[in-house]
Amino acid sequence: MPIATEFEYVKPKDMDEALHVFSLYREKARALAGGTDLVVHLKEGLARPEVVVDIKALPELAGLEFKGGTLRIGALATFTDLIESAAVKASFPVLWEAALTVASTGVRNRATVAGNICSAVPSADSAPALAVYEAVVLVRGLQGARSVPIGEWFTGPKKTALQPDELVVAVEMKAPPKKHGGCYMKLSRYEGEDLAQGGIAALAFADNTYRIAACALGPKPGRCPAAEAALTGAKLGPKVLEAAKAALLGEISPITDIRSSKEYRVHMAQVMLERALQSAVARLFGKGPKYGSENIC
Amino acid sequence: MKNHNISFRLNGEKVAISVEPNDVLLDVLRGKLGIKSPKVGCDRGDCGTCTILMNGRTVRSCLALAAEADGAEIVTLEGANTTRKWTQKLQKKFHEKNAFQCGFCAPGVILSATELLEKNPKASTHDIKEAIAGNLCRCTGYEPIVEAIEETVKGK
Repeated sequence: MPIATEFEYVKPKDMDEALHVFSLYREKARALAGGTDLVVHLKEGLARPEVVVDIKALPELAGLEFKGGTLRIGALATFTDLIESAAVKASFPVLWEAALTVASTGVRNRATVAGNICSAVPSADSAPALAVYEAVVLVRGLQGARSVPIGEWFTGPKKTALQPDELVVAVEMKAPPKKHGGCYMKLSRYEGEDLAQGGIAALAFADNTYRIAACALGPKPGRCPAAEAALTGAKLGPKVLEAAKAALLGEISPITDIRSSKEYRVHMAQVMLERALQSAVARLFGKGPKYGSENIC
Repeated sequence: MKNHNISFRLNGEKVAISVEPNDVLLDVLRGKLGIKSPKVGCDRGDCGTCTILMNGRTVRSCLALAAEADGAEIVTLEGANTTRKWTQKLQKKFHEKNAFQCGFCAPGVILSATELLEKNPKASTHDIKEAIAGNLCRCTGYEPIVEAIEETVKGK
């Protein structure tokens, strides 16, 4: 299907040139990395930019690097890059596990993590993992650089803290200082390629502290502090799990859509929380299912 | 709109062509370059029938702008057949196992399997199912496709 919208295509070779285009065109400019969302939006007329800025020639955005305990996911790093990274698998296993659930190989070969959080759909699979690892989004504009904690990044469905004249450079996160086990549990209609009906990421630490985040269970993905608080200091057992589930219900607000009813999501969110926590704790002690094998479907 | 003169390698041969900014790679391959193995299916990245290899990786050509192909190495089933180690073996096995009926999905499935076996020649059944999860087939029920790839792995 041809694209009806007419636009110019530019591929700047340096950052300054790119930022000038965004500064000049603002909302009328769209960044193109993997294109797996943008090209669909162009075809469907949901995006009608005057200029499409192909950012793939900008060296500052390239690469995936783990140095000094910090992982830097350049804005051009794809989900396949994450999956193929031994460092991501070893130090950020929940992000690795989440990357495996994104669409299909042919999409993951082009789709970027930065693009996933810029599209900012409530079901973004990378978001719960980035939230539990407390990632920071590095952005640049002509006025300078700033970093936005992932907790402040999503401002609503398909809305982010990114300004129209800014570009995401990278997503960074520090490896948790203590050993952890974790799990990303994705509920989908079938195994294989599907958007999340709901997603829960959990991290468990040996001192009985936990981090929990969700996607597709509210207007924006993010941490679930009440559920975390209900668990803190406690060994995982039926009583605390019930308390955590009750707390979770107070901080999610799922809707009914084409993939699931609200009631089903509410029910399954609790099942997923329990199973994700159980897997996370088992993995903390070297047991439980292998990373990448756990999924409800 | 300003046209872009791009050049890339298509199945080993250099191609130079002028494209409009909003031309989609799949449409240029099929409409202007006569490459018909990638098909127009869902046209939004879900069905996998437009799969091509771009710089060695499977890509949805319906979700790439033609201008993005500048400087790329593009291989479609037409070229993979003679240049990639696994493609012809897969095709023979697909034929033998009757792993397609209408054939609409076959180029995409075979390229996805080609990429899988290039990365992991000992792929398990799970790996195979995961690799072709983004290629929809409405005829076979997938069983003969999975079997054909399994038997290619085993060299049967």
